[in-house]
Amino acid sequence: MAMKYIRRRLVHAAILLIAISILSFALLQLAPGDYFDAMRMNPLISAQTVNGLRTEYGLDRPLAVRYEHWLVSVLRGELGFSIAYNSPVGPLIWVRARNTLLLTCGATVLAWLLAIPVGTWSAKKRGTLADRACGVAMSTFLTIPDLLLYLCLLLLAVRTGWFPAGGMISPGASSLGFWSKAKDVALHLLLPCVGLALTITPMLVRHIRSALIDVLESRFIRAARANGISGTRVLFRYAWPVAANPLISLLGFSIGTMLSASVLVEVILSWPGLGPLLVEAIFARDVYVVIGVVMLSSVFLVAGNLFADLLLLANDPRIRVE
Amino acid sequence: MPGHMENILQVRDLTVQYQPVNGMPHLAVDQISFDIGSAEVVGLMGESGCGKTSIALTLLGLLPKDHASVAGSISFRGQELLAMDERSLQRIRGAEISIMSQEPGISLSPVLRVGDQVAEVFRAHRDWGWKQCRAEAESMLARVGLQDTARIFSAYPHQLSGGQLQRVVLAQALACNPALLIADEPTASLDACSQASFLALLTELKEQFHLSILLISHTPEIQASLADRLLVMKEGRIIEEGSFGEIYRNPRQLYTRAMLRRDVDAQAIEFSDQDLVAYRDIL
Amino acid sequence: MIARPHQPLLRVEHLGMNHVQRHGVTNARLIVQAFADVNLTIYPGTTVALVGESGAGKSSLARCLALLEKPAEGEFWFDGVNLLALYGRALFPMRRKIQMIFQDPTSALNPRLTAGEIIAEPLLIHGQGTKAQRREQALNVMQQVGLPRKCERKTALEFSGGQRQRLAIARALILEPKLLILDEALSSLDIANQKMILKLLTDIQAARSLTYLHISHDLRLVSRFAEVVAVMHGGKIVEQGLAANLFAEPQHPYTQELLAAMPSLESICQERFA
Repeated sequence: MAMKYIRRRLVHAAILLIAISILSFALLQLAPGDYFDAMRMNPLISAQTVNGLRTEYGLDRPLAVRYEHWLVSVLRGELGFSIAYNSPVGPLIWVRARNTLLLTCGATVLAWLLAIPVGTWSAKKRGTLADRACGVAMSTFLTIPDLLLYLCLLLLAVRTGWFPAGGMISPGASSLGFWSKAKDVALHLLLPCVGLALTITPMLVRHIRSALIDVLESRFIRAARANGISGTRVLFRYAWPVAANPLISLLGFSIGTMLSASVLVEVILSWPGLGPLLVEAIFARDVYVVIGVVMLSSVFLVAGNLFADLLLLANDPRIRVE
Repeated sequence: MPGHMENILQVRDLTVQYQPVNGMPHLAVDQISFDIGSAEVVGLMGESGCGKTSIALTLLGLLPKDHASVAGSISFRGQELLAMDERSLQRIRGAEISIMSQEPGISLSPVLRVGDQVAEVFRAHRDWGWKQCRAEAESMLARVGLQDTARIFSAYPHQLSGGQLQRVVLAQALACNPALLIADEPTASLDACSQASFLALLTELKEQFHLSILLISHTPEIQASLADRLLVMKEGRIIEEGSFGEIYRNPRQLYTRAMLRRDVDAQAIEFSDQDLVAYRDIL
Repeated sequence: MIARPHQPLLRVEHLGMNHVQRHGVTNARLIVQAFADVNLTIYPGTTVALVGESGAGKSSLARCLALLEKPAEGEFWFDGVNLLALYGRALFPMRRKIQMIFQDPTSALNPRLTAGEIIAEPLLIHGQGTKAQRREQALNVMQQVGLPRKCERKTALEFSGGQRQRLAIARALILEPKLLILDEALSSLDIANQKMILKLLTDIQAARSLTYLHISHDLRLVSRFAEVVAVMHGGKIVEQGLAANLFAEPQHPYTQELLAAMPSLESICQERFA
């Protein structure tokens, strides 16, 4: 039964991705200029040369033709060609994507690990001074601009020297053994991870808190307590599974938006992920790189939603039969 | 009438006042005193909002502490319930005093199997392993008259009918052999046939388990089927009490007459300004 | 009380309706029959009760008659008009004539509006009168249902259960309907409130020449005031007729079963305490 469901969703996903690719292509075409604009400004390079280069890279072909070539390239695994890096987009993105995944997965896990206990405790102590103080703290974190937070972390790294100030590995570390390299990466990962987690956590805490408060007022919770079941067990076995429904949807959504959330932190703290690549490519009008990253982001979104829906099915028996 | 030698429950001057966050304080229960003997069914009858459910929740210590203040004394088998801490109360809830609320559908967790929810009660009060708890739970389901216990054991609440759910909740309540069962409008969500069979079941189990029941219901037919003694409640006070037969033959208060379906002009009943209730029902 | 010289107010023949459920995972359609082959005739000025256990289809039938859902088959005549031939805007003026009161007054009333606004809302929806006129009419109806005028500004949650039901009745009456459908409207009230609401309904029935259709699972309750009773079981009406006849000599085994499961208070007391 689940297989049928997954198959149906995958078909939807495929249709969605194709639609997104067409839309991105069309929209990028609308954006003025192309990769060679800088060259065109340069008086030393003749217009002929520029046009020749354009033809060579196929930028003068009509949109439909270019789209078709791009599709073929996708099927080959190359995802188009990056003019700036002079290489197929596929391998370029893959390396960067791995780094971004490392960062965003780590940050998501950290954020949820922080938010669950804080949110739960806050829901139990609802209305008390401690809860209100926590609410104020969360609101403060929510309002601090992410940029400021990352700059502060950068400042911390530079001033104290406890953490590296950017990058993924220290120079010369590639020659070290596996564990030392892993430790090195982890040390570099720490600041960006913590920074990204801190931007996600406040919203999570609020959602968790309100979902739990909602559930804790239910009649079945009172009935469970009336049967003498201890508070802890009521929380974990009764309250959490029911409160999890909206939170699972939230998880799916946050997986989907992971990519855009990480762009800023990667740029500021120089983490070699998709963020800096995307930013550069946009400014340079490196069209296929941009489309490649957009498609990857869409894949994340679709995968995230599918994952969340499957989790929901597993968690709540009521959804299985409407 | 069963001879009740000792009283298992003694309530003296119980007062419950609600203090909602934004609103006026409301006196839900006003200096109530009553006793319940062993193997006795005491009926609590009154209109909705007169404080019946508040009494039930107070007996179990389930009132929200920040919104409600309680005064008086509740003595259960010699122990003072109002002076107990949460841990001791937990040991009593479900094992010595149980409650069965109306609307069984929402009294069960929607994402857990029904059999497991009954097993949880065993797990909370007995030192058994989970497997044994489940086995006992299944036999408990049979004892409350459910057929096809294997299927019902692994069913979720939304897959069962109202009558079946009510029996599951009863199984939870009687699992650990309590001395007192508080039944709060037990048949309110059932249709006529299920009602009749459920009341018959309660009568039978009462004998089997040697159970005392505090039967809360505003329907006189239900009280008549089960109750030995009756307490008539209005606006937080007990206005009439005695054995059911006595009160039925000779109701003294006008309100009691109306509640027992004696022909009385409804306009003649005084309903005070409590009709405009300035607090939100937090129950 | 039953005068039959008039035409029937409501007549349905062979009415049927299905529920379509979708399986959450496979998206398969599951067609469940709510009720089928229902024949019901209601004469003006009468009080009819539709009785059955939960799941028998009576609420679905009620919603169908209240024009909240469309039946799959059959004929539906109201006041001489074929309702199934009307669509959309054409049906709109007919909606005034059939009003519904629900079981739980708390969830049927908008908690953010005051009592006056709740009662005047139907007038607003049908674009009737100015604001001042609507308010005046609302206050009049409030008085008729026994709510004091000073309650106008109170929100719905500040009333007790019985009063909320009065509020719901006032809201239903303001459009001067011909048929009032009460879906388990008395079930959540205690005895005393039930008596008061029933008395109110009886009073206004004569004054406004209303027809009532009570839906209930409680045959005992219904036996106190219904003139005509229809018993529903498994999506079909198994027996219908004058209340007196039905209670004295039930024909269908299900009706007999229902009546047997509800002994009267006197008989219970006699058996137990005699």
